[in-house]
Amino acid sequence: MIPTTPKPHTTLSGIPVEPFYTPADVPEPSLPNPGVFPYTRGIHRDMYRGKLWTMRQFAGFATPEETNARYRYLLSQGQSGLSVAFDLPTLMGYDADSNAALGEVGKCGVSVSSLEDMEILFDGIPLDAVTVSMTINSPAPVIWAMYLAVGEKQGVPFSKLGGTLQNDILKEYIAQKEYIFPPRPSMRLVTDVIEYATAHTARFNPVSISGYHIREAGSTAVQELAFTLYDGIEYVKWALERGLAVDSFAPRLSFFFNAHNDFFEEIAKYRAARKIWAETMRDRFGAVAERSLKLRFHSQTAGCSLTWQQPYNNVVRTTLQALAAVLGGTQSLHTNSLDEAYALPSEDAVTLALRTQQIIAHESNVTATADPLGGSWFIERLTSDMERGARRYIERIDAMGGMIPAIERGFPQSEIADASYRYQRAIDERDQIIVGVNAFQAEHDDAPELLEIDERPAREQAAKLERLRARRNAAAVESSLADLRRAASGTDNTMPYILEAVRAYATLGEICDALRDVFGTYQESSVI
Amino acid sequence: MESRIRVLVAKPGLDGHDRGAKVIARALRDAGMEVIYTGLRQTPEMIVSAALQEDVQVIGLSILSGAHKAIVPRVLELLRERGMQDVLVVVGGTIPDTDAAELKATGVAAVFQPGASLDGIVEFIRGAVSAAR
Repeated sequence: MIPTTPKPHTTLSGIPVEPFYTPADVPEPSLPNPGVFPYTRGIHRDMYRGKLWTMRQFAGFATPEETNARYRYLLSQGQSGLSVAFDLPTLMGYDADSNAALGEVGKCGVSVSSLEDMEILFDGIPLDAVTVSMTINSPAPVIWAMYLAVGEKQGVPFSKLGGTLQNDILKEYIAQKEYIFPPRPSMRLVTDVIEYATAHTARFNPVSISGYHIREAGSTAVQELAFTLYDGIEYVKWALERGLAVDSFAPRLSFFFNAHNDFFEEIAKYRAARKIWAETMRDRFGAVAERSLKLRFHSQTAGCSLTWQQPYNNVVRTTLQALAAVLGGTQSLHTNSLDEAYALPSEDAVTLALRTQQIIAHESNVTATADPLGGSWFIERLTSDMERGARRYIERIDAMGGMIPAIERGFPQSEIADASYRYQRAIDERDQIIVGVNAFQAEHDDAPELLEIDERPAREQAAKLERLRARRNAAAVESSLADLRRAASGTDNTMPYILEAVRAYATLGEICDALRDVFGTYQESSVI
Repeated sequence: MESRIRVLVAKPGLDGHDRGAKVIARALRDAGMEVIYTGLRQTPEMIVSAALQEDVQVIGLSILSGAHKAIVPRVLELLRERGMQDVLVVVGGTIPDTDAAELKATGVAAVFQPGASLDGIVEFIRGAVSAAR
C-alpha cells in the first residue's frame, strides 16, 4: 500500500515541520529589504527586474570539435553563458592517450589535453562576449591557463575575460573525490589562482565554492549549507595568510548550490546561506565592501533525484527544483535533462531543459518581485532553522581546527555517508516515496533516445596528441616544465609558470606530472 | 553454521562518485556479510588481486562513468586466468539495458541499475552464493 499521508512530517534534512505556522514561530518579525545586509532576501533590490539569472547549461562530450558544435547550438537557442564539462581523464590531470584514461575519454565530458584542444573548443566563440564556467578542480590552474591563452590568441586581454573556475578542491576531498595532490599543496594552488585572478582578471571568479557535489554525495541540505560555507571560510583564511586584503578578492568568490526535491527547504537554504556568509565576512574577516558580503550563487537541479524509471517524470522534478532556485534568488541556473540518469544528455533533452528555464523566466511571472516568499511564517522559521543547524556544524569544524583537519579525520565524509545511507533506507522502506521507483511503477520503462559515445573520440584525441608532440618545440616544453618544477618547490605563484608551459603546448598530463613530482599524490582512507 | 558471505566492493576507473558503493557496502554489512571496500581508482588487476587475497565469494563493481564496457570484461578475463571463475561478479551503476544484457552474457551474475532496492541486492547475493555452495 502506498501511504496516502506522507510520514514523517519533516523536511528532507529531518527538520520538523508543523501543521501550520503563526507569527509566534518567526524569530525576526521584520527583515531588512532585499539588497540590504544581511541579504537574506536577496542581493539585489530589484532582483530579476534588473537582470534575469544566467541560463547556463553544463555541456561537454567526446572531442573538442563536437562540443564546440554543441556550444554554438546552445548559444543560437538563447542560452546566455557557457559551462564546460570535462571528461574524467582531464579532471584527473591525465592526457587522452594515457593508460589511466582507458575507456574514459570523452565519456563524462569533453576531452582536453592541450592548448590546441582548448583553441578548438572555443573556435568561433568570442570570449569577450560570453562568460564561461569551467568545472575543473585539481588541474584548475592548468585548464584556466589554457583558457587565458586562447583569450590571448583571440586578442582579448585578461581583464576582459569573464567567467568562473570551479577550483574548489575541498569539496573534492569531502564528496566528489577527484583530487590529485594532498590537501595542503592543493590549497596552495587554489590560493595561487585567487592571487593571480585578483591581480589580472577582474571579471573572473577564481573559485566556485560548491555544495552541489556534497549534496549529490548524499548529504542533507543542512550539511550542504554548512560544509560549503566552511569551505568558503577556509579559502578566505588561506588568501588572507597569503597577504591579500579581504576586500580585494572576496567580491569574486562565488558559490554553487544544489536544488533538490524539498521545495521550501531549498528556498530556506539559499536565504540562510546569504545571511551566514554576509555576517561571517563582516564579523569574522572584517570585510566592508558590499560585494564582499553578498553571496552570489549558481544552482543546478539535483542530478541524484533523477530516475531511470519513467524518465519523463524528470522534467517535472527539474521544473520544481528550478523554481525553488529562482524563488531562492539564484544568479545562474542549470536545469538537468530528462535522460541524465542514463547518460550525458541528447540535444533534444537539453533543449527541453533550457525551455523549462525560459518558461519560468518569461511566462510564470515569478520574476516580477524579489523574494516573493519572504515574510511567510513557515519560510522565515525554516530559514532560521537551517541557519542554526549550519552554525552548529561550523562551530564543530572550528573546534577541529578548520576544514583540512576535519577532512583528515573523515568528519564531513562520515556525516554524509550516514545521511546517504539513511536516505536510501527510507526509500527502501517506502518512508520516502519516489514516483515510478518505489511507488506508481510502470510495467515497462522505455529509455529515451540516448547520446552514445564510443572509443572513436579516444582514438582521435590520441592521434591529435601524437601530431602535436611531433610538431611543437620540445626544448621549450622541457625548459618550461623545469621552471614550473622549481617554482612549485619554492613559494612563487605557480600561475605564470603554468601559463608559459601551456603556451609552449606542454600537455595537461605533462604539467600535472611535473606538479605530481613536487607535491606527491593523495590517497584517502575510505570511510564506509 | 554456514560461514559469513565475503564480498569485495570495488570502484574501478577514474570516477570518484562513491555514494552507491558505500551505501551498498553498508547494506551488505548490515545484512551480516563481511564486506571489504577497496576505495577509489582500482585497476582490474588490483581488484582481482584483492579478491584473491581476501578470499571473497563475490565481487561487486560500482561504475557510473560509462567505462563498464572497457573495465568489466577485463576483470572477468583476469578471474579466468587465475582460475577464479567461481567468484560471483555483480555490477551496479548507470548501465544501459543493452550493455547489461551483454555483460550478463559474458559471465556477470547480475547488473543492478538505478532504483534497485538494497534488500533486493542482498537477497540476490544470498541466493546466488548458497546456490554455488
